[in-house]
Amino acid sequence: MSNGPTPGAVATDDGAGTVDGPGPRPGDDRLVIGGVGFDSRLILGTGGAASLEVLEAALVVSGAEMATVALRRIDPAAQGSILDVLARCGVRLLPNTAGCFTARDAVRTAQLAREAFETDWVKLEVIGDDRTLLPDAVELLDAAEELVDDGFVVLAYTNDDPVLARRLDDVGCAAVMPLGSPIGSGAGINNPYNVTMIAEQVSAPVVLDAGVGTASDAALAMELGCDAVLLATAVTRAREPVRMAEAMRRAVEAGHLARRAGRIPVRRYAQASTPSQGMAEWD
Amino acid sequence: MVHVVVNGEERTLAGGCCVAELAAELGAGPRGVAVAVNGELVGRSAWAGHLLQEGDQVEVLEAMQGG
Repeated sequence: MSNGPTPGAVATDDGAGTVDGPGPRPGDDRLVIGGVGFDSRLILGTGGAASLEVLEAALVVSGAEMATVALRRIDPAAQGSILDVLARCGVRLLPNTAGCFTARDAVRTAQLAREAFETDWVKLEVIGDDRTLLPDAVELLDAAEELVDDGFVVLAYTNDDPVLARRLDDVGCAAVMPLGSPIGSGAGINNPYNVTMIAEQVSAPVVLDAGVGTASDAALAMELGCDAVLLATAVTRAREPVRMAEAMRRAVEAGHLARRAGRIPVRRYAQASTPSQGMAEWD
Repeated sequence: MVHVVVNGEERTLAGGCCVAELAAELGAGPRGVAVAVNGELVGRSAWAGHLLQEGDQVEVLEAMQGG
């Protein structure tokens, strides 16, 4: 991204990159997913933390109001529960279907999660490939449709494909969550043009999910027009997770504010910021 | 005696053992646990009445860090 303008910075006649209406007003700027309002636009994944203590500290500092959890075989020797951590932090729990490769498995996992956690919210993941963990578009769309029909609030993790994103929107997903780059890669946003198109074309909230490596990636996602950012590894596996959680909170806020403020168009040549009128003249 | 597979491991249970007893034995708390028997969800309210049968495949799942 260091060479050339980013999509959000492309200059056009109508000043693209700006958003509708006046600047932020208190109370009118909440993220709303599935009818629930959130003040924070950062959603935290809980995977990868060295301990529940570190995770809890990072969660508090991040300001996140929703965090993902997985459903796995019970461990009789486990000390402490992620559920207790989320409850103490007052954070909404978002079960995921991580590890599912078929619509059938994902639907079944979502139903088990609904029973276990008493929520019909689900982060739908249907993976098509072990090495890249990229979504399987066909299975994903099938599962999304089935879960929406079954009354779930579906937040769908998807490819950065604008057409697939629209299809997920059409079947009634509560949020469409394109990846920036593969899960856990920290490679940032590989195709900012596609993410921009998705943010423009999808009516449901768009959450950049996966690939964020550092604060500037999260800020860029918001500048491109995403409504929120979901990240885990960037915080949980940072050298100092709590410090990175704070960086992410500020980055998401900064990117969102910049988006709302309406950035200036990118120009090839300078535009003087100091007027030349009134200059002294010398012999 | 009843032979079942619980979370991938063979287990021998006393005859007449129900899902609630098995879940308690595995340390299941009052919430955050889901059970499937032979791939079918067994809701918590049905745990006490659901007797395990010879050869049942049981999954007992709980919340873990992830995503």
